[in-house]
Amino acid sequence: MIGGGKNSPRTQKGRIMDKRHFDIELDNLREKLVLMASKVELLINQSIESIRRKDVSIAQAVLGMDKEINLLEIEIEEAAIALIARHQPAAGDLRFLIGAIKINNDLERIGDHGVNIAQNAVVLAALPDVKPLADLPWMAGLAIGMLKDSLDSFISADPGKARDVCTRDDQVDELKDQIIRVVLTYMMEKPDFISHGLTLILVSRNLERIADLATDISEEAIYIHQGKVIKHGIEKQSG
Amino acid sequence: MTDTPGNLPRFNKLDVRNLDLFYTKFQALKAVSIAVQQNMITALIGPSGCGKSTLLRCFNRMNDLIPGVRISGKALLDGEDIYDPSVDVTDLRKKVGMVFQRPNPFPLSVYSNVVYGLRVAGVHNTSRLDEIAEKSLRGAWLWDLLKDKLHQPALELPLDQQQRLCVARLLAIQPDVILMDEPCSALDPIATTKIEELMMDLKKNYTIIIVTHNMQQAARVSDFTGYMLLGEMVEFGETNAVFTKPAQKLTEDYITGKYG
Repeated sequence: MIGGGKNSPRTQKGRIMDKRHFDIELDNLREKLVLMASKVELLINQSIESIRRKDVSIAQAVLGMDKEINLLEIEIEEAAIALIARHQPAAGDLRFLIGAIKINNDLERIGDHGVNIAQNAVVLAALPDVKPLADLPWMAGLAIGMLKDSLDSFISADPGKARDVCTRDDQVDELKDQIIRVVLTYMMEKPDFISHGLTLILVSRNLERIADLATDISEEAIYIHQGKVIKHGIEKQSG
Repeated sequence: MTDTPGNLPRFNKLDVRNLDLFYTKFQALKAVSIAVQQNMITALIGPSGCGKSTLLRCFNRMNDLIPGVRISGKALLDGEDIYDPSVDVTDLRKKVGMVFQRPNPFPLSVYSNVVYGLRVAGVHNTSRLDEIAEKSLRGAWLWDLLKDKLHQPALELPLDQQQRLCVARLLAIQPDVILMDEPCSALDPIATTKIEELMMDLKKNYTIIIVTHNMQQAARVSDFTGYMLLGEMVEFGETNAVFTKPAQKLTEDYITGKYG
């Protein structure tokens, strides 16, 4: 704040102004987005845990967490839109607000994929144990790692980490294809495994989408912090 | 989204109900009704001649000075009718101060400007005057800049400091409501930012109503916005709502630049 007393106005020519009220509002929005990110990360971890432990109660808790995330998504989106409408932000402030809206949307969708996984956990819990979960735990570890690093890259303004996340997406895609191949073979061999196998394929599909969205978040983090667009194999300086 | 002060209960500082105002035969305000909440900044926007300054001047009865003005309807300050015959207009203007378009300090020193109102009110105790002068200048973020220049002529200050001195002069008489009529129209963007930040600081203790031609300024600083057109209050509501999803097509046309 530009203010009197000890924190007096230092807004003379040539000096950077102290924090404006607008900056405080941006900080508040950033804090809400970090809260959203932490909730989504927890939800995904719990959804994977519900699969690993075949624990229906964890799966049900995930559904409750998703409701909180949905409400927070609306709150963040409305706050970002209001800030754009009222302050006509430019440069880094504008990139942050546009990026915040996109990341917010990505996070909410990641939450939905976590819910899908938890619902699959409920199905799996009712089925007899057959084969180990193929490479699903490994794939889940990779997807969660990408999600965590993408959020870190956004929060701690680390474009290097964001770029690293983008390079890991192919590995997750390959794992998904591999899991589908293995599970399909199993299903052909043992038709009574079909229900089980389809559920595993759905889980792998959800994990693959989480990794895709983590990549999107990383791309947004690079755009916010460096103004560079690196989507679709294209890299260019914005504007 | 602006940081509204703490958990203060919201209540209406000013209530305007069906207010009509005529300049002789011309009707400048048509059945205007709004509720101005305490410790909030309320902005009045609209094209030139829409009645926003007229409405602002109703709140401290500045329109009384214009011949041929007729008013009907109610304007209540803390539930008391501003236009009741028993109201002492001087007392009203102590409670409802005004900052004008161009900074208008008196041709006196900085110090004399700030304590002017107090001296007129009969306060002559030097230590009391010094104390209030410091407090008022601090309130307008001028103390650090001017504490060693208190006896400099006020008219030598840069324009934004003159405008903030006018705010300090108001604060000295401890008003409840501060009316601002285009307070930044004579200022450059940096000076404008200083006044806007000051307003957001002042609302912790005062209720502020600002008339501005600058729609973006209304969007940036205010909690509530009223859009006026041809003497009517087309829309009045929370600024976030007015600037993101206005209820009236006329408001949308104005704030998106299609009209006005």
